Amino acid sequence: MSDPRVAGASVTRFGKHPERTGRDLFAEAGLAALDRSGVPADDVDALYYGNFMGEIAEHQGHQGPLMAEAVGLTVPATRYEAACASSGAAIRDAVRAIRNGEQEVVLVGGMERMTNVGTAAATDALAIAADDLYEVRAGMTFPAAYALMARSYFDEHGGTREDLAHVAVKNHEHALVNDNAQLQKEISVDEVLDAPMVAEPLGLYDACPITDGASAAVLTSEDYAERHGLDAPVAVTGTGQDGDNLALHDRQNYAATPAAAGAVAEAYADAGIDADDVDFAEVHDCFTIAEVLAIESIGLYEPGKGISAAREGETTRHGETPINLSGGLKAKGHPVGATGVAQLVTITKVLEGTHARADAVPAADVGVAHNAGGTAASATIHVFEVKA
Amino acid sequence: MSERVRNGAYDDWLDAIGDDEGYYVECENGHGWLPPRRVCPDCGSRELSEEPLPEAGEVATHSTVHVPTPQFEDDAPYVIAVAHFGPASITGMVRGADPEDVEIGTVVGVEVGERATTGDRAVVFRPR
Repeated sequence: MSDPRVAGASVTRFGKHPERTGRDLFAEAGLAALDRSGVPADDVDALYYGNFMGEIAEHQGHQGPLMAEAVGLTVPATRYEAACASSGAAIRDAVRAIRNGEQEVVLVGGMERMTNVGTAAATDALAIAADDLYEVRAGMTFPAAYALMARSYFDEHGGTREDLAHVAVKNHEHALVNDNAQLQKEISVDEVLDAPMVAEPLGLYDACPITDGASAAVLTSEDYAERHGLDAPVAVTGTGQDGDNLALHDRQNYAATPAAAGAVAEAYADAGIDADDVDFAEVHDCFTIAEVLAIESIGLYEPGKGISAAREGETTRHGETPINLSGGLKAKGHPVGATGVAQLVTITKVLEGTHARADAVPAADVGVAHNAGGTAASATIHVFEVKA
Repeated sequence: MSERVRNGAYDDWLDAIGDDEGYYVECENGHGWLPPRRVCPDCGSRELSEEPLPEAGEVATHSTVHVPTPQFEDDAPYVIAVAHFGPASITGMVRGADPEDVEIGTVVGVEVGERATTGDRAVVFRPR
């Protein structure tokens, strides 16, 4: 089977762009990805685009064609919505379309505009990734959902707020050299612990910020890349997706994310790798506890053992398997619908050796992207490898 | 957030909780859910029946929410919890207890309360 190549990838600066329209944000990322790929726009067969809260933020549905137009394309263009895993789901269908030979060149991407509506409305918008009737109307917020998971994890496996604080400190440190990151600021464990509480046991510094931004990448078939002499050494070699009950209370275990584990099993089998082969990963750390659950689900740690990874230095850029060299959602920022493809952008740059933190894993040839929607009721996993 | 059109099965369920006649939906294999359900997500069974909700539930996990959605602005801080009532699990706000006293394992009853912010109905747990 042909493994799609990443021919060009780009993100906007993540942060606060309250006055920039979504179409302008996506145009910036999409055009930069096209330019870097060397692929003529006429060769693009389709756009696979992730966005979560466009109706709320911009009163704009039907964003697929709008975003295709913004990058000068008139092609089949579909918006994917899977909460925070929206563009992870877009990548997956793009990969499948190339693999099955229907399309040779596709643009994948995502965009979210969030800061223009303010923190309260953004909190409200994010909450609707949960079950509206039985969770949101009962008082659930997105941080609260992850707080419930954190409490359950502590009860089942042990762990402290201080363990979680080390995840935040690590990811902020990683982001210091990422000029596209929203938060380029070193923080200490004490600052995390002393920050105002959002939903106990999670405080302000356990949570990712609210972010505007866009991401895009040009994927091509292996054959197209060879025929056109593209410089595209990074291939998508594995894809997986799985689902779970939408409402957290309907699951058997609140201290694990089985959808992610299911997606991992599929993606690793697809790529023919196992967890031992993974050199580094970008995982969905919307909250510090989410990174702990993620590194367990991708097989780097047994259940209950991931909590100490950051504190022990194992997942820092100096550790054996660095996690979130970009700074993660925590420091890089989390423009929801753009996050899945932003992970792809980071991993591609690290594997190509052009990322500011690439020196952490100079010999890396396998990177994994873990993208979760809601409390991981949706999860996508992608495996990226360097090919000759 | 007053609504002219009811969310039938959900509002019926709240009515029943308010009348102290709460129920859940159970499949033939004993998996419990909140309505409406036409099929059990666990086992695929379509043989579902309404069963009376146990009077007492047990808190499975909880959090004190300091940053709410706008619809709960005047309610915060409040404790949100998931409680197991037999095979069914429910998310609700815990009232009538100091947040520090709510623990995993705390035994609660369920009732219908009002959001302080909007006056809308909300699921409330109260320690028993």
